[in-house]
Amino acid sequence: METYSLLREFADSWMLLVLFLFFVAVILWAIRPGSNKTHRDTANIPFRNEDKPAASKEART
Amino acid sequence: MLNYIKLIALGLITLFAMIAASYARDLAYQVHAILIMAVSAGLFLWTLRNTDEPVPAAVLETSYMDGVIRYGVIATAFWGVVGFLAGTFIAFQLAFPALNFDWAQGFANFGRLRPLHTSAVIFAFGGNALIATSFYVVQRTSAARLWGGNMAWFVFWGYNLFIVLAATGYLLGATQSKEYAEPEWYIDLWLTIVWLAYLAVFLGTIIKRKEPHIYVANWFFLSFIVTVAMLHVFNNLSIPVSIFGSKSVQVFAGVQDAMVQWWYGHNAVGFFLTAGFLGMMYYFVPKQAERPVFSYKLSIIHFWALIFLYIWAGPHHLHYTALPDWASTLGMVFSIVLWMPSWGGMINGLMTLSGAWDKLRTDPVIRMMVISLGFYGMSTFEGPMMSIRAVNSLSHYTDWTIGHVHSGALGWNGMITFGALYFLVPKLWNRQRLYSLSMVSWHFWLATIGIILYAASMWVTGIMEGLMWREVDANGFLVNSFADTVSAKFPMYVVRGLGGVMYLTGALIMCYNLWMTVKRSPAKDAVASSAAVAAE
Repeated sequence: METYSLLREFADSWMLLVLFLFFVAVILWAIRPGSNKTHRDTANIPFRNEDKPAASKEART
Repeated sequence: MLNYIKLIALGLITLFAMIAASYARDLAYQVHAILIMAVSAGLFLWTLRNTDEPVPAAVLETSYMDGVIRYGVIATAFWGVVGFLAGTFIAFQLAFPALNFDWAQGFANFGRLRPLHTSAVIFAFGGNALIATSFYVVQRTSAARLWGGNMAWFVFWGYNLFIVLAATGYLLGATQSKEYAEPEWYIDLWLTIVWLAYLAVFLGTIIKRKEPHIYVANWFFLSFIVTVAMLHVFNNLSIPVSIFGSKSVQVFAGVQDAMVQWWYGHNAVGFFLTAGFLGMMYYFVPKQAERPVFSYKLSIIHFWALIFLYIWAGPHHLHYTALPDWASTLGMVFSIVLWMPSWGGMINGLMTLSGAWDKLRTDPVIRMMVISLGFYGMSTFEGPMMSIRAVNSLSHYTDWTIGHVHSGALGWNGMITFGALYFLVPKLWNRQRLYSLSMVSWHFWLATIGIILYAASMWVTGIMEGLMWREVDANGFLVNSFADTVSAKFPMYVVRGLGGVMYLTGALIMCYNLWMTVKRSPAKDAVASSAAVAAE
């Protein structure tokens, strides 16, 4: 089989499946139970450390 | 020690540029060689002056690196005005061809100025805005100073050198005739170096972050930087005819070249003008509204859906060409599916204001951000619709496309950038507030009405010329010649030019307002202390 057909067949079968499953997994991961607390914390990142960097990981306010 | 290596490198570059200037095969290359010679010779002297001088104390990691962002803000405003001015001028060149002056033929006619306009607004205005805001946002949301020390300065100056080289090249005729990728081979190589440095600074800052999570805005910025690097390299694979000339030959040919070009072209829209600016949106809209983004989950889904879908949408630029049908159908289907994440993101941005809608009445800056989201929603609906093959058969090659691009670029990219500039300038120059909010309102209305005039006139003239081109008489002959459509479009071209004048005027008002904010607005600390005195 020539390279074009080979790649073409791979792209619209296995690669498509892998990409689709990855995408579904990302969505499931985003809406997993217990993610709310993390997301609330992350969504508030813009409202701290406005003027200077945090001194350490624990010191972020 | 490092300075000696720098001196040797700069000396060699200067020497090579001198040789290149003398052997140059075309004017653009010669001008660029002289320009590079001057820049590297200047840097040589500057480095020499600072060699073996006492080393300044190392910068502590206790402050953010904001100097380069201030320069970025100024460059954004400057290139914005240049790009809008060029656009307004070429709009009038189309309406009044006499403006293609005889004495400027070959330099300032429409064909030469048009890529200057597109690159000035997209890469100079938009690119500087993206670099400045991404540096601002990544520091604040990582709680860490920019990584790489002075490399951020290299990114800023290197990128602006790229812009100057590209712009002067267009005027002198150095172009590889690929839309949004016109710069020739050596300018492309230079941009690749600068872009990799940009990636290093951005990624380095994320890696040393103090926050456990990477805020969504940084995901968008990072995808923009990585994807643009990939697109840029593939679309600019070319072999120079001579090392002493600007002309190069593309590696791909025919339909493959067209497909790579529009894979690049559409993702320049998708990742440069969309993902990067969404990064801005996810930081500045919550900040200005003073509340976190409506749904963080939706923002994650928005991100992954957008980057998974956008990369496939390019073939919709090549309907009814030599491109295989399956490929253009693929592009069309993905473009239509793309409507969903686009509107998901728009809703996420707009709903961030829920509970704070009253700010729309009092705060013209947030009004600017909201209307930019409105235009984002409008053009991401219009785009998928125009990608449908049947609609495209009417809209393609007409002014409708130009109208669509401008409602996205002026409405979405322009307005969100203006909003970010109004947010950034008081913060960066430590000012209590903007100089004048009523000037922001003036800017808002001038820009909005300008865009409406632009988009509406382009809809009318685009659909009109599309219908005129396909009109046949009872015997199957075409009714109109091309020149008939051109003369029919004249009134709409004048209206479009007026829209551009209004948009440009708004931007000039913004520049004055930002300038006066830095000069006249009370400083933050001074006000705080005088208020404390009054309270006593």
